[in-house]
Parts: sequence; C-alpha cells; structure tokens
Amino acid sequence: MQTFDLEAQGLRALNETLHAQATDTNQTSWEVINAKGSHAIAVGLDAPIEVTVKGSTGYYCGGMNKQATINVHGSAGPGVGENMMSGTIIVEGDASQYAGATGHGGLLVIKGNASSRCGISMKGIDIVVHGNIGHMSAFMAQSGNLVVLGDAGDALGDSCYEARLFVRGEVKSLGADCEKKEMRPEHIEILKDLLERAGADAKPEEFTRYGSARNLYNFDVDNASAY
Amino acid sequence: MCGIVGLFLKDKSLEPRLGDMLTDMLITMTDRGPDSAGIAIYGEGSDKTAKLTVQSADADTDFAALETDLGSAIDAPVKLRRLDTHAVIELPADKLTQARQALRELRPDVRVMSAGESIEIYKEVGLPKDVAHRFGIEKMSGTHGIGHTRMATESAVTTMGAHPFSTGADQCLVHNGSLSNHNSLRRKLRRMGMNIETENDTEVGAAYLSWKMQNGSTLGEALESSLEDLDGFFTFVVGTKDGFGVVRDPIACKPAVMAETDQYVAFGSEYRALVNLPGIEDARVWEPEPATVYFWSH
Repeated sequence: MQTFDLEAQGLRALNETLHAQATDTNQTSWEVINAKGSHAIAVGLDAPIEVTVKGSTGYYCGGMNKQATINVHGSAGPGVGENMMSGTIIVEGDASQYAGATGHGGLLVIKGNASSRCGISMKGIDIVVHGNIGHMSAFMAQSGNLVVLGDAGDALGDSCYEARLFVRGEVKSLGADCEKKEMRPEHIEILKDLLERAGADAKPEEFTRYGSARNLYNFDVDNASAY
Repeated sequence: MCGIVGLFLKDKSLEPRLGDMLTDMLITMTDRGPDSAGIAIYGEGSDKTAKLTVQSADADTDFAALETDLGSAIDAPVKLRRLDTHAVIELPADKLTQARQALRELRPDVRVMSAGESIEIYKEVGLPKDVAHRFGIEKMSGTHGIGHTRMATESAVTTMGAHPFSTGADQCLVHNGSLSNHNSLRRKLRRMGMNIETENDTEVGAAYLSWKMQNGSTLGEALESSLEDLDGFFTFVVGTKDGFGVVRDPIACKPAVMAETDQYVAFGSEYRALVNLPGIEDARVWEPEPATVYFWSH
C-alpha cells in the first residue's frame, strides 16, 4: 500500500504519480489522505490500480477513469466519474450533481444519495445509486444503465435515448419522451448482475424500468411543444 | 462563478472565533471569486443603539471629523470606529433615520453598507485574503456571519458591485449565479420607489426582497416568492439579526453544501470551505434541495 498525503505533496504530484503507473505496475494499491474536498483527485487514470481516497472530494473525482478502481471514503463533489471509460468508482457517502455525466463505460456506485443530473448524457456507463437521485437525472442519456434503489426527482430521463433506467422507489415526474417500460427477463438479468456488483441489497423484481418513448427521435411538427 | 460561505453558531464558546473561522472559509473560496470579497458579521448589539457601517473612497478626508459633524447634526452622542475604507458609526437607535439623512448632506460621497442593531458589512475589491486582512475580520467575534467571493459576470468590479448587499435593517443578501430579468425588474422596482444604486443583478435581488418585506411579507415569504419572480440562476444566502436563510433556484446548478453539528450550521459553495471547521468529520453534511427555503435562527 502506497500512501499519498495530498495536502503535503499536492494534486499535480498525485495525478502524475498515478498516471505513471503502467498496466503491469507492482504498486497496485494507493491511499490518498487529506483529500479535504480537493478538485480533480485521481482523474485520467489508465491502469488496473486501486485508489482509496480518505475523506470527501471536490469536483470531478475519478473523471475520465480507465481500468482503475477508486474508492471514496466520504462524499463526492460535482461531476464524480465524469466521462469515465471503464473501471469502477465507489462513493461511500453522497454524490453531488452530475455524477457519471457523459460516462462511456465502467461502474459508478454511490452508496448514499446523488443530487441533480445524475447520469446526464450517459453513453454506456452503469450507475448504481443506493439512495435517491435528484431532478433531471439521465437527461439525454444515450446508453448504459442507471439503477436507483430509492426515489428519483423531477423530469427523470428527459429526452433520453437508449439508456435503461431502473428505479425501485417513487419517481416524482418523468421528463419529455420518457415512459414506463415492460421489465423483460433480460432486464432482470442485467439488474441482478449490477446489484450484485454494486453490493446492493435489493431484488430486481422490485424495480420499474423507464426509457425512451422514441417520439422525439425524428422531428415531427406535432411534437414541437415537447422539445 | 462566485463563492459563498456562512456560519451560524449555536455554541457561544465559538463566538470569539467567528471572524477567524469565516476568514479561513472565505480564503478557501478565492478561486471561485478572486476579484472582490465581502463579509457581513453579526456581533453584539442592543435595541437602543444603531450601527451604521459606511464606506468611502477617500476615507481620510471623509471620516476625519465625521464623528463630531454627525453628532452635532443629530444632536446626540455618536461613536465612530474606522477600519480602513469603512467605519462603523454607533448612535442612538431612534436617531438612525435622521442620521442617514444628515450623512447624505454632510458627506454625499460616503456609501452606507449596512444599518441595524448588530450587522456590519465590509466589502472591497481585491483578493479575499487581502480584503479580510484590511478589515481585520479574523479578530472579529459574533454570533453569525456570511461571506462572499466574487467573480463578476453581470456588472463591473467595484466596491459597490461586491456582495453582501444590504436588504434592510440587519438584513443582507449574497448571491452565486446570475439573474436574467434584472433590467426589467430594476425598472419596475424603481417605479415602486426602491433605491437601486448599481447595474448589478444581485442588488436587484436584494431590492426585490426589501420591497416584498416592506409590503408585508416575512423574509421566508419573500424568499418563496423570489422563486416565482426572479429568472436566472441563484443560490442565495440571506442574513438576518437572528440567523440566516438559504434558497436555491429550481434548476440548482450553483453549488451549495451545508454542515450541521451541535456547535454550528455552516454553508459553503463547496465542501472545501468547511474542512477546517471543528468536528466537521462527524457533522451532518448535505446539499440544500432546489426551490426550498431553509432557515436557522437563534
């Protein structure tokens, strides 16, 4: 285990050190102390290493992640896992707005609540939130899975494309062109796998699936008011 | 951008450290707003004494004989305490209106930052650490306070464009965001007789709240109706004699984090601003919900 004191050594040194780890590095386990809400912790990683951040993080923790597993032992600020490509990010606390935004792949697990715009414009990432999510989540979500064990706020899935949205609790309102969908056996399988990987204690059958009604894909003058 | 910090103390033993803690929080928010900074601090007060915090671009000249001049004009004892470009004038509460009138005649260039029983507002152009040190904020004690670091978008970088804006006796407003209907609302409020001095959007927000309250709304009601009448982005923190309130617009893209312990309630635009507060590791930390008015008072 390598320990990195962010306060003493600085952010640039941290990210340079983590970026320098090759795919076959022997230093596979890192602990970052004194995070103190700093921005851009462990962004742009591209090696199968494990990074544990002690404390809460600021903007964009784990952004653009590839391969790495990042554990945040605290809460995460705006844009955690933004545009991540692969790997895993686990936030033990809450996440601020636009968690996992534009993510292409990998798994983002939030054990607390996520606020507004969770999974906005997601493009293949899997996001599992153990608690609730805020308004405008999965706005323009293109692909991937958003799983919410709690409730969702206003305008869920507004203008979404082919992302799958699974919510166990209440949905305050659905956004434009988002509708309730049938839960087929393949969805139960996807959910079962995601819940297990996210360490979530819930049954796939308890969830409702939402997705695009596909009415806004091509412009139709009768839909003008929905845009 | 812009940064906001706020601290409301429940534990009296922390009161001597209020200015110190707020200064640390404010400096942490420098990169959210490096062009100007301001702080409203609520200290000791009595209902018999009014405090008028004033500012002058030519403080040496304006403040030199102001204590005597104002005292004779209102025929009452006046105490002036100068801090850099600002001065806090203490006078009998029942003479406040008269004093403000006299001040306009005696020193037309002196600007009133705040008036009330316990509020003092200090704000200037410059880095937050420099602004805080100029006034010695770190040595001030008090029950609660609000600070702001400004990155200007809607009006010029001037002392009068810095936050907090006073919204009435012992009340002030700080803002992160930008209002898009401030020009039309300014015209409307001016027609209603409100005095708005700058082209700044936040001052319009402050004048709106004052106008609502002059027409019978409580502060809570005024904040509720701001959600209807103000267009744009805002996270507002409002200070009153007894405490502070928080409201975010329904889109809530301007960040806000709150922390509460048995000793205090704290507000920060980012969690970073709160990390040096005592017991923060065990505090309840959360984000205020959009379009929801929060209030804490003594």
